[in-house]
Amino acid sequence: MSVRSELALISEWIRPGTRVLDLGCGEGLLLRYLRDTRGVIGYGLEIDPDNIRGCVEKGIPVIQTNLDEGLKDFDPDSFDYVVMTQTLQAVRYPEHLLAEILRVGREGIVTFSNMGHWRCRMELALRGRMPVSGDAGLDWYNSPNIHLCTVRDFERLCTNAGIDILERTFIDDGHRRRTAASLLPNLLGEVALYRFKQAAGADS
Amino acid sequence: MPEQFPADCVGLVTPQRMTFEQPLELDCGRTLPSYELVYETYGELNADASNAILVCHALSGDHHAAGYHAADERKPGWWDACIGPGKPLDTNRFFVVCSNNLGGCRGSSGPVSTNPETGTPYGADFPMVTVPDWVRSQARLAEGLGITQWAAVVGGSLGGMQALQWAIDFPERVRHAVVIAAAPKLSAQNIAFNEVARQAILQDPEFYEGRYAEYGVVPRRGLSLARMLGHITYLSEDAMRAKFGRELREGKINFNYDVEFEVESYLRYQAENFVNHFDANTYLLMTRALDYFDPASTHDDNLAAALKHVTASFLVLSFTSDWRFPSNRSREIVRALQDGNKRVTYSEIEAPQGHDSFLMPIPIYRDLLRAYMARVAGEVSA
Repeated sequence: MSVRSELALISEWIRPGTRVLDLGCGEGLLLRYLRDTRGVIGYGLEIDPDNIRGCVEKGIPVIQTNLDEGLKDFDPDSFDYVVMTQTLQAVRYPEHLLAEILRVGREGIVTFSNMGHWRCRMELALRGRMPVSGDAGLDWYNSPNIHLCTVRDFERLCTNAGIDILERTFIDDGHRRRTAASLLPNLLGEVALYRFKQAAGADS
Repeated sequence: MPEQFPADCVGLVTPQRMTFEQPLELDCGRTLPSYELVYETYGELNADASNAILVCHALSGDHHAAGYHAADERKPGWWDACIGPGKPLDTNRFFVVCSNNLGGCRGSSGPVSTNPETGTPYGADFPMVTVPDWVRSQARLAEGLGITQWAAVVGGSLGGMQALQWAIDFPERVRHAVVIAAAPKLSAQNIAFNEVARQAILQDPEFYEGRYAEYGVVPRRGLSLARMLGHITYLSEDAMRAKFGRELREGKINFNYDVEFEVESYLRYQAENFVNHFDANTYLLMTRALDYFDPASTHDDNLAAALKHVTASFLVLSFTSDWRFPSNRSREIVRALQDGNKRVTYSEIEAPQGHDSFLMPIPIYRDLLRAYMARVAGEVSA
């Protein structure tokens, strides 16, 4: 998957000069990109010490946090956007965390590897193997990914949780945003990107 | 002979002294008509004086943070693990300053120094000092050294609290604050430990209400008990188990109250050592300064409000096994900074050594500190 195209697509959704919280920020690549291209300020939350050092080396403020404990140290509506790239599948309570994202942020942005992608389906249908998208060299038993989902699964969760999807886009296996992927996202989208907010009147 | 020191050691260092003739008003209401600070420096101050780092020491620390006073000195300064050429506080790039706090007993004005008004040691007459008093006293040291802004103020434990106070009291003079193994204020449990330590000293028959020097004695028993108690809180249970377990000194029990277990031997050794170089009145003063530290108290107990005018960027670090100032205390600082949209980075370092971890050469801790300080050096073009 192309990290750069994902960063660029997220960046298009973010207004300049806003405040962003990045959950599971890794080495701070997204926040650096947003800082440099959008003048965004914010924090990354990360659990891995090597990644934290990576953020520090880039001058990205990062706060060591276990996302499974929620975002209790953050006040409601304290960020314009709460972003979570390729992390939803690794948290213990995705539904709760989505609610937390929309408590702390006015809008949420989430990206994940779509398990409905045709290659994942082939993996299961033809080889009878569990797909382990996104984890080079990892197997089902040692992958941090415990809540893999498809495009359809995610949208169903949003409906049930009273979340309005504002925008969505998909990256196909050519690492580009393609019309085809938009027409059949659950089959052709390798990475799904969503921007969403709490539905009016909905109370998470 | 500097040849015998490792390449990443600052080598031989000589303490320096600065006298301040302008009276210093203290939080307790008293005024010091003049005072002295003893300090050490490592590295070179650059042309625009932008590469200076202030290191603040902990309860029983002093100005001797790195290097050796003599070629045959047994141990280097207390933070030699992190200060030196190529170390996290890289003396090839930074000018590092460390001073003995006011009220200390290692050369700065304090209970063992001479009261210029009487010609005798202050003893119990030395006024109570607070963390903000220390910051004010050090601000004049900065002025004396020609430093208008610290590239960073750095400290562990009580020193971390001092770094926090610096950022609050002199926002324009602190570019970065590095607050390690600290807390925004002491808990009731912390104060309780301090109180037991103080009572041990106060109830020693040789304390004489702090005037022991006039009687030619030292409240050794009280001070050593205080130190033993302190030491227990500096180590984690795991660290103690790993270091001593239940090892018996003589391999068998002797049915008496002499030293039987190795841990007893260790505590007595530490206490003995401490009593020989530390002053009981200073110990009382320092623990009280800790107890009183509470920058939020003047802002309706709202730490974020106390930090409102802070402009420094923060690095806050804690250690998993530190039960004296556990990680959630550091998180209180982080949360208050984050509430005010301040720049803050926080990491909880996995380390078994307890509160004392901040003094130790733990690789992930040193690497993170090194990475942060390298950014600071880049900013001030050190």
